[in-house]
Amino acid sequence: MAAEKKKLRVATASLAGCFGCHMSLLDIDERIVALLELVELDRSPLTDLKHVRPCDLGIIEGGLCNAENVHVLQAFRKNCKVLVALGACAVNGGLPAQRNHLDIRDCLQTVYLTGHGVRRGFIPNDPELPLPLDKVHPLHDVVRIDYFLPGCPPPADAIWQFLTDLIAGRTPQLGHGLIHYD
Amino acid sequence: MSEPTPAPGGTPPTFSLDGHDVPFEAGQTVLSAALAAGHYIPHLCYHPEFAPHGSCRVCTVKVDGHPAASCTAAARAGTEVDSRSEEVLEMRRRLVQFLFTEGNHFCPSCEQSGSCMLQAVGYALGVTNAHFSPLFPNRPVDASHPDVLLDFNRCILCELCIRASAEVDGKHVFDLSGRGIDKHLIVNAESGRLADTALAVEDKAMSVCPVGVILRKRRGFRVPIGERRYDAAPISVVALQKRPRPSTAPREG
Amino acid sequence: MPRDLSGILARHRNDPTRLVQILRDVMEADGWISPPAITALADALGLPRARVEGVAGFYAFFATEPRGRYRVLFSDNITDEMAGSAELRQRLLDAFHVRLGEVSRDGLVSIDVTSCTGLCDQGPALLVNGRAIARLTHARIGAIAAMIRGGAPLSEWPDNLFEVHEHVEREDVVLATPFAPGEALDAAIARGPEATLGEVERSLLRGRGGAGFPTGQKWRLCRAAPGRERYVVCNADEGEPGTFKDRLLLARHADLVLEGMTVAAFAVGAPKGFVYLRAEYPFLVPGLEAALARRRHEGLLGVRIRGVEGFDFDIELHVGAGAYVCGEESALLESLEGERGIPRNRPPYPVTHGYLQKPTVVNNVETLAKAALVARHGADWLRARGTARSTGTKLLSVSGDVARPGIYEYPFGVAVKQVLEDAGARRVQAVQVGGPSGTLLAHNELERRIAFEDVPCAGAFMVFDESRDMIDVLHNFARFFAHESCGFCTPCRVGTTLERQMLARVACGKGTRKDVKDLGHVARLMKAASHCGLGMTAGNALLDAFAKFKPSFDRRLASLDVLPVFDLDESLAEAREVTGRDDVDAHFPEEP
Repeated sequence: MAAEKKKLRVATASLAGCFGCHMSLLDIDERIVALLELVELDRSPLTDLKHVRPCDLGIIEGGLCNAENVHVLQAFRKNCKVLVALGACAVNGGLPAQRNHLDIRDCLQTVYLTGHGVRRGFIPNDPELPLPLDKVHPLHDVVRIDYFLPGCPPPADAIWQFLTDLIAGRTPQLGHGLIHYD
Repeated sequence: MSEPTPAPGGTPPTFSLDGHDVPFEAGQTVLSAALAAGHYIPHLCYHPEFAPHGSCRVCTVKVDGHPAASCTAAARAGTEVDSRSEEVLEMRRRLVQFLFTEGNHFCPSCEQSGSCMLQAVGYALGVTNAHFSPLFPNRPVDASHPDVLLDFNRCILCELCIRASAEVDGKHVFDLSGRGIDKHLIVNAESGRLADTALAVEDKAMSVCPVGVILRKRRGFRVPIGERRYDAAPISVVALQKRPRPSTAPREG
Repeated sequence: MPRDLSGILARHRNDPTRLVQILRDVMEADGWISPPAITALADALGLPRARVEGVAGFYAFFATEPRGRYRVLFSDNITDEMAGSAELRQRLLDAFHVRLGEVSRDGLVSIDVTSCTGLCDQGPALLVNGRAIARLTHARIGAIAAMIRGGAPLSEWPDNLFEVHEHVEREDVVLATPFAPGEALDAAIARGPEATLGEVERSLLRGRGGAGFPTGQKWRLCRAAPGRERYVVCNADEGEPGTFKDRLLLARHADLVLEGMTVAAFAVGAPKGFVYLRAEYPFLVPGLEAALARRRHEGLLGVRIRGVEGFDFDIELHVGAGAYVCGEESALLESLEGERGIPRNRPPYPVTHGYLQKPTVVNNVETLAKAALVARHGADWLRARGTARSTGTKLLSVSGDVARPGIYEYPFGVAVKQVLEDAGARRVQAVQVGGPSGTLLAHNELERRIAFEDVPCAGAFMVFDESRDMIDVLHNFARFFAHESCGFCTPCRVGTTLERQMLARVACGKGTRKDVKDLGHVARLMKAASHCGLGMTAGNALLDAFAKFKPSFDRRLASLDVLPVFDLDESLAEAREVTGRDDVDAHFPEEP
């Protein structure tokens, strides 16, 4: 086999998340050097590229709490052969989804109009701002997701194991201690 | 692993569990005999100190090819019990996913995380997501009691607290109301508040919740994450170590 | 302070096993069951309060929150739907400016849906404060709206509004043979209990409620169980959508049914019996009470029946409160004991551990009627009709797309095609035999026969012609099971709700291949892992439809890929409103 193995194109994004999963990805420490031998990054908070291009693998942190989250997710689905939900929020809505029993109208009014200490408040209505969805959703409520890696955040070892399996063409298998919902 | 008690004057009857002979005594179920013989079958609503009632169905096995809840199925000599075929495992995974779909299970913010049976069974079965669209029910917490918090979001309706309160504590603090997907845990007070019931922190009902509904206040993180019940070893190991479960198992938290 | 409940409690002897009956009376008197009323009942009955609240919260016809003074429940069976129920319902909703499930602002009326009320031969139907009104038309809805608006008590509404018609379209030996009260009993007494039991065994009579268990064997097991306290229970909780044959038997042949119970009591040695009547049939109560009173007066019930020393038997009437699952015999017994209708773990079976854990025979209405006739005319009389393994006749409740809906009695073994021909069905697409939990037959299976060994049928026979969309039928069934799941076990509790959600998406053209795949997974899981027959059969029609009507699903799919399970643009509606935005970014484009 003469041809050098083509690097996998990988894109990542953080939607309604806290970037903790991305931090955990960086926690693979020096193994990131080995990883970068195998992959090249497309759109990602790490590259600051704003648009996703056709990729082999998309990794999404965070759930869906506003219109922009949905647009980004759909763009990823369109461009990525394999899409991974990374972390608790992407998998089941996570912490942001704990607002789901609240009415979004009440939320906005309380925060911007009637809440304690609010004076001359108004509800922001700039078209630049993405509108919030009435409920926070996990990714699989909107697009097909190929793999789920739970955890808040998933441990760096789990991410490493998961990615190396995936890159090597193996179905990722996470043993005890690597699957974590918290 | 303890030795099975042989029947006086003869060898006990056995059934076959995934190819292993499992001895049993009259009155034992498939699950209780399997656990006694050192074989783990995942379960949630079963507790060795209470009569099994078979509601969670996570312990489903196939007995001679027919699905059955192993906690209520009587052990029968000569039967073949399948507890590990892909078909059986897939049923269990779906059932666990049903429970995660039904309730609000946000493990990162749950103080029982690491000591939760639902979570541990999910890990053991390799469940990585709920698969279905979550129902996100609205279940307000009850913080009225000075020492106890009830977080109904995590309730899997196993009825262990109901049984413990009625049968051991003699108080009947808990019961169920509603039906179908609206079935929910209630407390024994016209106000609907736990503070107005007879619950005391020493009650048996305080120690049987397999998930994170019934919580002692101000104890949440006494046992650090990483040192909890299912952190060191998977539930398939822990469940057999803790046999029989001490009646006043201290709750982490 | 709650109002005085002592009258109601006294009427029921402060007996906690009568809790469902007591709560029915509180509903009737107050229109709902308030928290103080629950506390007062718990105190008076010596029950934990939470137990009473749990029972009040279980049954569909009990309200633990205030409802309207007039509580209207539209029957939501597929046959009601096909007869135009939705439009009539909307008309009544509009008349009072309320939404489904809500109470009108003035507290006058609440309007909701309920499971099949058993008037499928004369739908659409509704219940108002528990009383049934059939054959709904725009004129009838207009009249009902006017009377509600005028505040007229139900007793002043015109009687003809509440008339229920019985349509007997085909009689065979059971419906056509004249019967004089007492004659089956006399024959049984002449034979003696053991020989009577033997006669029922020899007749090969099998249960007509669905499971088809041999009746004689059931009686024999009960008779052999230790103890003297035994019970005979008539299961008149005819809840399977599309079934109304027990309604006819109880309306026109009550003596035959009650005599069948008495024969059973004689054979097994039971001093006490119950009729558990579904709540949707309140119009049968006066007739049944009168029949019971007459039979007591004539010495056909009570002590020393027909002068036989030690033959004491009486029957109490219990009325349900809206729970299909109580048709399952062990759930029915729980309900009779005043509990939530949760099916028990079996074994032990009711024949040894039934009502109050005593040996109990639970038989379907039709089974008991036939048992009486076997006692009267002998085993050979029953065996002369039907097939070798399905002896005698079967009452079918035929409804849907037929010219002549109603009750048809046929010998077992009748071809489905024959029934369709007799009922005047044309361009048949499918027949749902045995109700949503039964068998869905396609047009190429009409040669099949109604019999335990071919297509078993508890009574429902719903016909769908080629104009119907089978997905709508399945969606209706899915709503039914989600509404009726008791919630005890995980697969049925969660599975029926997921099925309802996914079928709703498919039905409105938003379903995907993943939905269809998941529907199959869920149906198979419910079948394999559920605690009782409800969950085990809740996916039957769906699995049949996958095999026989797959293109009906495929053509409804919006996509082969995953689509959002919720309406994206709609999910921004509230935020748009509260921010006052309507710019292009405040919307999702039509197609993602």
